[in-house]
Amino acid sequence: MLAFLGLSSLDELFVAIPAALRIAGGLGLEPGLPEPDVLARARARADANRARTDRLVCFAGAGAYDHEVPPVVRALAGRSEFVTAYTPYQAEVAQGGLQAIFEFQTMVSRLFGLPIANASLYDGASAVVEAVNLGVGATGRSGVLVSAGLHPHWRAVLSTFAAGTGHRLVEVPLEEGRTRWDQAADETEVGVVVVGYPNYLGCLEDMAAVRALCDQRGALMVVAADPVAAGVLRSPGDWGADVAVGEGQPFGTPLSFGGPYLGLFACSAAHVRRLPGRLVGETLDADGRLAYVTTLRAREQDIRREKATSNVCTNQTLMALTAAVQLGWLGTTGLAEIATRCARATRYCRQALVGVAGVEPLTGTTPVVREFALRLPVAARVAVERLAEEGFLAGVALEDLVGPGGDGSVGKEAATHGLLVAVTERRTRDEIDRFVAALDKAVR
Amino acid sequence: MTGAAAGGRASSAPLIGRDSEPTLFELSRSGRSSWQLPTTGIEETPLDELVPPEHRRPTNVDVAEVSERDLVGHFTRLSHRQYSIDLGAYPLGSCTMKYNPKACDAVAGLAGLESVHPAAPASLVQGWLATLVGLEDALCELSGMAAATLQPAAGAAGELTGLLLMRAYDAARGEHRRRVIIPDSAHGTNPASVTLGGYEVTTVKSDARGCVDVHSLRDVLDTDVAGMMLTNPNTLGLFEEDIVEIAAAVHEVGGLMYYDGANLNAILGMVRPGDMGFDIVHLNLHKTFATPHGGGGPGAGPVAVAAHLAEFLPGPRPVRLQDSGDADQPLRYGWHTPAHSIGRVHGWHGNALVLARALAYIEIHGRDGLVRVAERAVLNANWIRKRLSSTFDVAFDRPCMHEVVFSASALRKRTGASALDVAKGLIEEGFHPPTVAFPLIVDDALMVEPTETESYETLAALAEALERVAARAESGELAGSPRTTPVRRVDEARAARTLIPTFDARR
Repeated sequence: MLAFLGLSSLDELFVAIPAALRIAGGLGLEPGLPEPDVLARARARADANRARTDRLVCFAGAGAYDHEVPPVVRALAGRSEFVTAYTPYQAEVAQGGLQAIFEFQTMVSRLFGLPIANASLYDGASAVVEAVNLGVGATGRSGVLVSAGLHPHWRAVLSTFAAGTGHRLVEVPLEEGRTRWDQAADETEVGVVVVGYPNYLGCLEDMAAVRALCDQRGALMVVAADPVAAGVLRSPGDWGADVAVGEGQPFGTPLSFGGPYLGLFACSAAHVRRLPGRLVGETLDADGRLAYVTTLRAREQDIRREKATSNVCTNQTLMALTAAVQLGWLGTTGLAEIATRCARATRYCRQALVGVAGVEPLTGTTPVVREFALRLPVAARVAVERLAEEGFLAGVALEDLVGPGGDGSVGKEAATHGLLVAVTERRTRDEIDRFVAALDKAVR
Repeated sequence: MTGAAAGGRASSAPLIGRDSEPTLFELSRSGRSSWQLPTTGIEETPLDELVPPEHRRPTNVDVAEVSERDLVGHFTRLSHRQYSIDLGAYPLGSCTMKYNPKACDAVAGLAGLESVHPAAPASLVQGWLATLVGLEDALCELSGMAAATLQPAAGAAGELTGLLLMRAYDAARGEHRRRVIIPDSAHGTNPASVTLGGYEVTTVKSDARGCVDVHSLRDVLDTDVAGMMLTNPNTLGLFEEDIVEIAAAVHEVGGLMYYDGANLNAILGMVRPGDMGFDIVHLNLHKTFATPHGGGGPGAGPVAVAAHLAEFLPGPRPVRLQDSGDADQPLRYGWHTPAHSIGRVHGWHGNALVLARALAYIEIHGRDGLVRVAERAVLNANWIRKRLSSTFDVAFDRPCMHEVVFSASALRKRTGASALDVAKGLIEEGFHPPTVAFPLIVDDALMVEPTETESYETLAALAEALERVAARAESGELAGSPRTTPVRRVDEARAARTLIPTFDARR
């Protein structure tokens, strides 16, 4: 091949690079290793992780949940045709992936009760950022009321990106797990209101009040919904949401130390031209047959450049396809069933835990689904470390989410003593009973 | 055509038949199901007692009702209607669709990595922290930078993170610069990210050689410029030979140099962005470091920075802990948030399993193997350039790096067949097409990036296929291409005009 190019060495291919810039003496990396050695290293690192669900019974949630992922979902979503494809720029050879995403969009649309759903964003946090961008763009007002019940990390990400967009974020505090919207009564120029449903403490917010607030302010209503709880709860669309977002990890994606996950995004028809990311639509081919293609492309960065609705290009297509397979596996009855089972297990575990001496609910009598926060008589971080010795990942210490000083969702004392517990359909009564007994011992 | 030739030509026809696959919703039959959930022994409290009535969904979400067998049939048939790198070459310019070692998949599938909760205390995730710290070290060495964040989930997320770092740096020195310079050949994500970063885009033109015109650049440089975003090699596959002068000029007015790592594959182990004068670098791990692209993601876009920007990086960052010598503190790794951090840019720690794959890829290749990646990628691209230079016009006729941009402009004027027609014709030859219509500054661009993983035989088969397509253009055959695919050319205008984004919108 070199001879064909009239060259005598590979090095001549790189003459365009100024000699002074070339790396002298090679990279400061190790020599390459045979694959078995690399696998052995990776296994050793994996073994050094104690918080694996096959070693610790998982009661941690906070936006990342230990749900059942059946072999059939792994087999289908792991097919190399899906795993090793690129973005469907050539629709004729990407009908499989495009149709799967069309089905995913349909499922998200039905779940959230809104007619438009995109092909995915990076994660729940990025989805809420894009929702706020859409809302500010649509209303022309940059004030954003953010319930302190929105996941603390998502609020943090919103705040990071607001430095660029200039959006004015106003955090509205919680009381007993519910947002005190009246505390934001003085805010003006509000274009967007963001609420979690349930919020990150598992509490069910007063959604009618949020809609009324949006109507009064002319703001868009953005609901960050838990997609599993959505299997039994009224949909965001039904509550009047303009945009619904969520973290799609519970649909077939393992905990994965936090990524890659799946940002869910749905909105009303009025906002389709402001939609971030890719959208698959149905059309016809030259022979008049049904076909799928990415559409409304003029919104996107590769065409609209600095005027694009978002900078997203690579998204989380494989996780979206996985979610479509998982939802297909669950089906109409299975989705309702896991949502119900989670609610039952949550109720059972919460009642047992608040029976432990010194343990009390952190959010009063506000109804909870999906997860719940407790106040422990000891620092929650200490309890988590102790319970790991007993074989449990006990939950997430609120301090790890909101910092030692607390925030608008929980105060300083509650941040230290607060523990967020999630119980999925995978937890058995025996595991819960043993967990309660171990926690009883750990908080004495 | 002989079906028995060596090379990576894929069968372009679906395995059996060309019938459409119904949607899962059409396959649904009431009463069928696939799900099985564990026996828990928890009492079956009625839902009415668990969820207040005003919060209850009136009816179940209508997903679909199918058996496991039908679910498997459906998605398997869909998979047969999808091209993939495992099936054959994918010479999409600017996308670096290389074959990915299956060993990296095996790493990402380890239970001890895959089943770890992201909020678990540092003491319980030492293996993950070691993985992330090891990757950060390697990426800093490869890019010539001092520190990195692994949080950005994709290249565009990395870009925006980098621009926010620019802002923070500016603010810390009491400045409020407003403009960021981008060449006209840049990826569309660059200008879109600049807007989201709160800056205005200033475009600088390419010169006759396809590189940044240094004189034009100097004309737009002043102390209002926060920085310049550059891909090097650029999207024309050309190395910006004046990079030292460019960086010096931007630094002279107090701006920062941002390296878009989309094309790092071409220079792995040859030259480092840091040594070229860049201050901020994002790396597309899904391109260069072999994460399968998943049909459009996931990716990962870590951002590495020079020492003077490390204090602004997103946090918390995985770090090595100082050995305190205290037997009660045996932890080797922990988390640390830099003093003037711009904050989180991801819900957790980034696309962790993608990061683990990238580390495995780097370990497999090592210092010498990564250099060979660049050498082979550039050799393959130049071979294609020369081999096809009499068939298509080369946009900038000089040695290229990892990709080459042809123009179908002359062919179109002569035959009416555009780059898009060539692409559709190539599909019939059993190959995924190159990138078409990008970069925007080349009329009717056809951008070929063969990557290092395709064999000589595959390259030869690809070149022959493109020659046949060009010959067919002369006879006006391409307008009807492709004819052998599950569907023929799709009507994109109709999709936008009559928007049907869900099955429910079909009726």
